[in-house]
Amino acid sequence: MTAQTIPVSAPAAPEAIETPGRRAWRRLKRRRGAMVGLAVIVIVVLAAIFAPWISPYDPIQQSWSAVRKAPSAAHWFGTDEVGRDVLARILYGARASLLAGVMSVAIAIGIGVPVGLLAGYLGGVVDAVISRLTDAMLACPFLILAIALAAFLGPSLTNAMIAIGVTATPIFVRLTRGQVLATKSEDYVEAARAVGNPHWRIAVRHILPNVLPQLLVQATLTVATAIIAEASLSFLGLGQQPPTPSWGSMLNTAQRFLATGPWMAVFPGLAIFVTVLSFNLLGDGFRDALDPRSK
Amino acid sequence: MLSLIGRRLVQLLPTLFLVSVLIFLLQQLLPGDPATVMAGEENDPETIAQIRRQYRLDQPIPVQYLYWIRGVFTGDLGESMRLKAPVLDLILQKLPVTLQLASMAMAIALVIGITAGVVSAVKKDTVWDYAVNVLSLWGISTPNFWLGIMMIYLFAVTLGWLPASGYVSPFEDWRQSLATTIMPAFVLGNSIAGVIMRHTRSAMLQALQSDYVRTARAKGLAERVVVWKHAMRNALTPVITLGALEFGTLLSGAVLTEQIFTIPGFGKLIVDAVFNRDYAVVQGVVLVTATTYILLNLLADLGYILVNPRLRG
Amino acid sequence: MRPMILTTILAATAMSLLAGAASAQQGTHLRFGLAEDPDVLDPTFARTYVGRIVFASLCDKLFDIDEKLNIVPQLALSHETTPDGKTVTIKLRPGVKFHDGESMDAEAVKFSLERHLTTQGSFRRPELAALDKVEVVDPTTVRLLLKTPFSPLLSQLTDRAGMMVSPKAAKEAGDKFGLKPVCAGPFRFVERLQQDRIVVERFPDYWNKENVHLDRITYVPIVDSTVRLANLKSGQLDVIERVLATDIKEVRDNSRLKLATVTEIGYQSMTINVGKGEPAKGPLGSDPRVRQALELSIDRDAINQVVFNGEYVPGNQWVSPENPYYQQKFPVPKRDVAKAKKLLQEAGVKTPITIDYMVPQNPETRQTAEVIQAMAAEAGFDMKIRVVEFATSLKEAEEGRFQAYMLNWSGRPDPDGNLYIFAKSKAPQNYGGYSNAEVDAWLDEARTKSDPAERKAIYEKVAEKFLKEGSLMYLFHRRWFVAHTAKLQGLKLLPDGLVRVVGLKLTP
Repeated sequence: MTAQTIPVSAPAAPEAIETPGRRAWRRLKRRRGAMVGLAVIVIVVLAAIFAPWISPYDPIQQSWSAVRKAPSAAHWFGTDEVGRDVLARILYGARASLLAGVMSVAIAIGIGVPVGLLAGYLGGVVDAVISRLTDAMLACPFLILAIALAAFLGPSLTNAMIAIGVTATPIFVRLTRGQVLATKSEDYVEAARAVGNPHWRIAVRHILPNVLPQLLVQATLTVATAIIAEASLSFLGLGQQPPTPSWGSMLNTAQRFLATGPWMAVFPGLAIFVTVLSFNLLGDGFRDALDPRSK
Repeated sequence: MLSLIGRRLVQLLPTLFLVSVLIFLLQQLLPGDPATVMAGEENDPETIAQIRRQYRLDQPIPVQYLYWIRGVFTGDLGESMRLKAPVLDLILQKLPVTLQLASMAMAIALVIGITAGVVSAVKKDTVWDYAVNVLSLWGISTPNFWLGIMMIYLFAVTLGWLPASGYVSPFEDWRQSLATTIMPAFVLGNSIAGVIMRHTRSAMLQALQSDYVRTARAKGLAERVVVWKHAMRNALTPVITLGALEFGTLLSGAVLTEQIFTIPGFGKLIVDAVFNRDYAVVQGVVLVTATTYILLNLLADLGYILVNPRLRG
Repeated sequence: MRPMILTTILAATAMSLLAGAASAQQGTHLRFGLAEDPDVLDPTFARTYVGRIVFASLCDKLFDIDEKLNIVPQLALSHETTPDGKTVTIKLRPGVKFHDGESMDAEAVKFSLERHLTTQGSFRRPELAALDKVEVVDPTTVRLLLKTPFSPLLSQLTDRAGMMVSPKAAKEAGDKFGLKPVCAGPFRFVERLQQDRIVVERFPDYWNKENVHLDRITYVPIVDSTVRLANLKSGQLDVIERVLATDIKEVRDNSRLKLATVTEIGYQSMTINVGKGEPAKGPLGSDPRVRQALELSIDRDAINQVVFNGEYVPGNQWVSPENPYYQQKFPVPKRDVAKAKKLLQEAGVKTPITIDYMVPQNPETRQTAEVIQAMAAEAGFDMKIRVVEFATSLKEAEEGRFQAYMLNWSGRPDPDGNLYIFAKSKAPQNYGGYSNAEVDAWLDEARTKSDPAERKAIYEKVAEKFLKEGSLMYLFHRRWFVAHTAKLQGLKLLPDGLVRVVGLKLTP
């Protein structure tokens, strides 16, 4: 049922020489939604990187004569509570969101995958302890855990990433562990063990590749969740420090001016929505493309 | 089967124990001292020392934990420092609010999610299917708090159709109750509906290809009956299971939504308690919601196994 | 599986239906929107500003303040202080009843004051620290014996320390008294649902019942100011407190709404760490010229315009320019970047000067901090904003882990309450670690004098030193804005910003 076993059993000549990665990419390309998602993500990433060149204004330059001005030709998305350009802040804010999304997932994978491999591979007491701990963490409300961790570490973007990453770890532990259990009894793993390969080698060489496709899908979808989580933490004042913008903290401020400056709430929210949507589209695409049942 | 239930119940205990330790430790790590926070402007060293003694904050952490867990076993969840009220009373006060909100959100999610999911499965690869896909992506990708803010702006601030906040018990005035909870319930239901749509769709696709549906069709039953009666019945199981889990998450997961709509439920209770360092409240409420979540999880699993005998192992 | 889930949902709905015990509402009912959820409703343990708004209807005090901050009798009739300042005799209003029918007499006053003074964890103890003994002279007279003369005592009795509680109820409830407070105010407690509402109803035996025209008040905490205002406009609420300065125009433009306003007795300030640990050793904490340069870089009027639509009152002292204790000799400094730069040059410090700027999490405070950051940058300061949760900020402040710290003080009617605990060496709120023997002596001296002119003269000496080198840079004074429906009459705000409910009339 895993992606790796398929090419072996697929007799068709052109597909036989195709690597799984290439095959997945070919399938992914056919999915319009995923391609749109990917395109938007690329645009957002480029915007974040090249913000200093494409941004119409300095995102922290205050202009006290232009406080809370509605969108206009000069300020497409209007200005905020101290006269900063909202568009510029959204462009720069993409950095915080993307960093938070990607880094926290990297942290979650970095901890979750080894721990999950360990639990699934060793079994016994180690597995029992890790599994119960995972259950316990999953039973606690996600945002509450993240809030408590972020408050403990102190508010900053880095700490918000760590908090979200740690909170998202159990998902990856569970995923990896399940996959390990499924492949552990496969013949080729048994064979590798019989010839006396060390455990770590079996785990990394033979088991990990089987986890990868699912990991990729889960990671992409978790980036989407993490972006929302970062925005939520910033919304509660536990993320990016001022004056550096982040979409969540922009929304936090905007809430106070809902009646007098709704654009301050509309645009950062849209930015979050579009980015999260793109990651979800891409994640869906990956899922379908890597699904051995689909063609 | 019985041994399976037994085994799962035994596994439950260490998980619950770990939850209690986790939540206890985590907030002990939080910066700031509860007594100082409580004092706020009335900062006086001697008074603060008295409070610390009174609530045993001056004792080592393991000792504090033992006192707390001993209380839990005797049905005493401790006392809110800020309000000088028993935590159990607070939980009982909020329970109906949270249950009402979660039920309404679930109802919205199930109705939208199942209908759209079935339609999209039956009309696979048509415009309908794509529309449902877009709808479910919308549900999954909208940040709850932003949707909440936007709805307040539109329906409360601009149009003035719905009250922007607060909570009225349905027993007091059911119209008002509905009016105050419909927006937050929709916000919460919206995101769950997205998930349910997807699961319904894939479950329905599977069911529609199964033997008994084919048999039913062969018998010449009307397509509507085949879809809504035969296929649905089987497709619903995983959906209901998912619903049970989502319901469990809702009990404490409506944190920001409750905050934005000023709904006095569990989510707001926990967050305010975290920021006020009202330890006993955080511990008590998270313990209760986590336990409920784990139990719902267990029930869902068992239910799943019941209808899928193959999974018994 | 399916029936079980259904049963759960049904049970859930049924339970929520059973939950709220309905209370029929008749007569005039005032719905009051609060900006926060009050803490415990026990005058001994209470500590939040928002709680005082609710106490204003529940618990009368021995004394009250008037528009000009004079002390006027409430449950007391008169007071008299001996020339040595160590004995205060208070005559009580006869025939006053508590909500449980018990009589509010000298014994009850003695009980209440002693409860404030001796209960474990009481927040009133420091306020009444000078009080040595309470003696019952006759049923309507008490005598307070002080350890040392303490002129702010009566002003303490205009707030929670002066709130009298029913001895019978307090003895029965112990520290759970706050769940069902029994006082002698115009309204008595009905019910409270945490974070949801507090309901009080008219007390028929109130001593001043002729002037109470409302039957019931419901207090609803709504944190979001936009939502609070929306609820007022839609008629869901009749009064809301703390309207944002930026929303004031909307209230003024609405003919169905009215606005009451008063300048706060507190202040908004920046605490400078001048003597606590390593952070104080930076140029800002160690050289008054750098501190002065920072002050000169700040444009208080511009902050007021940008953040508060010009509705607040710029200030530079612990009392506002409208207060009789304001020292005219030290006016609000104007912005002067050139002079600031020159001072920095004289001080011989290298710019930019990096400052660890701690800002408690609160949208308005954060916005102010961001504006100050931009202003100070022009003079050569690099203020690194560090937004922390309120809970964390207190700990950090206490331990001196900051160089500048945004701090709000809700204020006390007596100037001593705004100054002593902040400026006196080692005082609890002296977060900046300021310590000066002369200032300490003056602060103590002012407490022993009861003549305002004499006190003001002493405070002038304090101002001279403290405003230049002290640990507080006062920035501005908020104005309290209470908006209400035009149907509500008789609402006036006293300087403490609290709404007195006696005299309020709500026409249908």
